[in-house]
Amino acid sequence: MMETLNDFGTVDFFAVATFTAGIFDVWLNMNSPSGAAQLACMMMMFVIVLIALERYGRRKQKFHNATTHNRALPGFKLSAPLATLAFLACAVPVALGFGVPAWVLGSYALNFYEETLAADFWTFTFNSLLLAGLAATITIVLGVFLAYSLRLGQVRWINGVTRFAALGYAVPGAVLAIGILMYLGWLDNTIDGWARGHIGISTGLIFSGTVIAVTFGYVVRFLSLSFGSVESGLAKITANMDGAARTLGAGPMSTLKRIHLPMLKGSIMTAALLVFVDCMKELPMTVVLRPFNFETLATFVHQYASDELLPEAALAALAIVAAGIIPVVLLSITIAHARAGHTQHADTAPQHIPTPIQEVSP
Amino acid sequence: MTTGLRMERIRHAFGATEVLKDVSIVAEAGKLTCLLGPSGCGKTTLLRLAAGLEKVQDGRIYLQGRLVGDGKTGLCLAPEKRGIGLMFQDYALFPHLNVYENIAFGIKSLTPERRAWIDAGLERMGVAKHRNSYPHVLSGGQQQRVALLRALAPEPEILLLDEPFSGLDVTRRAQVREDTLNFLKECGVAVLMVTHDPEEAMFMADHIVVMKGGKVVQAGTPVQTYFHPVSAFVAELFGAMNHFEGVVEKGQLETPFGPFPIPSIADGEPAQVLVRMEGINVSMGTHHTAPTECCTTVGHVVDTYLLGRSSHLHIRVPRTPSQGLSDDNEIILHVRVPGVMKPESGAAVTVWADPKQVFAFALS
Repeated sequence: MMETLNDFGTVDFFAVATFTAGIFDVWLNMNSPSGAAQLACMMMMFVIVLIALERYGRRKQKFHNATTHNRALPGFKLSAPLATLAFLACAVPVALGFGVPAWVLGSYALNFYEETLAADFWTFTFNSLLLAGLAATITIVLGVFLAYSLRLGQVRWINGVTRFAALGYAVPGAVLAIGILMYLGWLDNTIDGWARGHIGISTGLIFSGTVIAVTFGYVVRFLSLSFGSVESGLAKITANMDGAARTLGAGPMSTLKRIHLPMLKGSIMTAALLVFVDCMKELPMTVVLRPFNFETLATFVHQYASDELLPEAALAALAIVAAGIIPVVLLSITIAHARAGHTQHADTAPQHIPTPIQEVSP
Repeated sequence: MTTGLRMERIRHAFGATEVLKDVSIVAEAGKLTCLLGPSGCGKTTLLRLAAGLEKVQDGRIYLQGRLVGDGKTGLCLAPEKRGIGLMFQDYALFPHLNVYENIAFGIKSLTPERRAWIDAGLERMGVAKHRNSYPHVLSGGQQQRVALLRALAPEPEILLLDEPFSGLDVTRRAQVREDTLNFLKECGVAVLMVTHDPEEAMFMADHIVVMKGGKVVQAGTPVQTYFHPVSAFVAELFGAMNHFEGVVEKGQLETPFGPFPIPSIADGEPAQVLVRMEGINVSMGTHHTAPTECCTTVGHVVDTYLLGRSSHLHIRVPRTPSQGLSDDNEIILHVRVPGVMKPESGAAVTVWADPKQVFAFALS
């Protein structure tokens, strides 16, 4: 539900009049940022009610594993006709949802790659990688900081702050973008006003419409991904590990560096990957917050697709998909190697590296 | 006293649950002190307070004469600054470090002397060939010894052990226990150990502190604890006992072994007499003379169970020796005798109780 609320690219392409599309419509076509902000507020209320209901619904749930090792589920042998049916049932969604579009895009890309490259494809790729890389790095650092502060549990207010900071993922990108835009505008004006009054220089707009603004938006939105991943990774490290390190003379920071970070390697890689992939394909916030003439792969594809130039954008679309899939494949191979081998490296590998799919739990 | 660990008037609560109610203990340098008590009596919390892993709420903690925790002022020295070693029940070895790195973790500067110490320790504990292995390939006993070496490596003044042998199977436990005890004695460190196993406490400790429900019920040497328990609870820590209840008359309580003198309890008050299962001797026939006149009776064997090192007998005796054995006036004694003893059911036996193993307490 949240994902759908957030989506802008698809509904825009198929011209479905959703709330998110409406916000953009009011803002861009009717030129009314305050009207868009009002719509965004309404949508925000809806999201808050939704989250509250969800929290209320599972207020008494707690997840505990009775044993430290997950038992393998027993296999269930299907007869040949049933097996074929099962295979088809699983294969059809993959084929229709991924195989066919990928094949169509692939053939487009083969025929039209020159046009795509001519449209400054490499700059867009660089922009995408830069933004996604920046956002992934910052969210990881913040996520580790927040999750570890929470674990140390010495400052009481940090709990509330952390939970609030991790709410970003629930807020639709369009709503966030407008909020950030207005906030940064106010900040820029305030700084500008102060500078003019005190130093006599006009600073102009410092943050609005910059890479910083886009990165800030990404961090706000995707912090919960990295935080959640790091937090669940930390939860698997028993409190006695901290106790042992502390009584052996390591302070809290030293414990983080020598115990938690090495043991969290898997969780951190997963978190970085999740944020990176999500940033690569992020559209609504990028459209609103980016600098002038600054295109990422996602905005480029959206732009061309809106202009009925889908074939010309196919290569960029595939690049986004590749950016999502290649790291996952590499990571899976690394994990598989670590598990299968009996070298010393196998011993150093964490016992359990969650796959990205398991970890998505906003 | 300036050495070792001293905890004074400690109170501690988790939310509304009070787990420690005014507990004071001392662990002297060079001695092994055992905190003995059932699960949930607060002994592990006491250990965590000493280590600084829990903040003192009320009371004071001194290490080597230095105040490190005070509930009044909120003083709580960080665990890394206390110079204590703590070995966890689950050992808490770092899974991403090998055995050597685990042991060396707490050593500030790895001088040749400390390296030599680790090498000697690995050799001594029989894990030298595993120095480059990772913890998950070690057996429970090996992990236990690595954890012990790791806790001792930074040369702590006080070592805290939380149920150090509970993770080992029974056959290995005795040997590991003995090795550990010898090693600790050589190190000369003050040790505070938590256990729920009275036999372990008897074997290891110089000083036993018995805890129940967040309070210290008795503190003393193993001999004092075993032979002079202050309550039925302490007496029964070392195994189930034969209970005889009644009302004190003329300073005595009637038992199957005859009247037992209870001078400390007033006439007319309810009281109980407890006799250890291993404190009762059995001989075949009814005409044997017992070493003591007072504590002898005759009865019939009901059942016998061979337990290996000892035999467990159920013996039917009259409620008081003066009465004859009849259906409505009998009591079953539980008796533990060393070695193999397997009399026929119904066989007549003479039983007498060792007065040192008989205890009387008021019945509240």
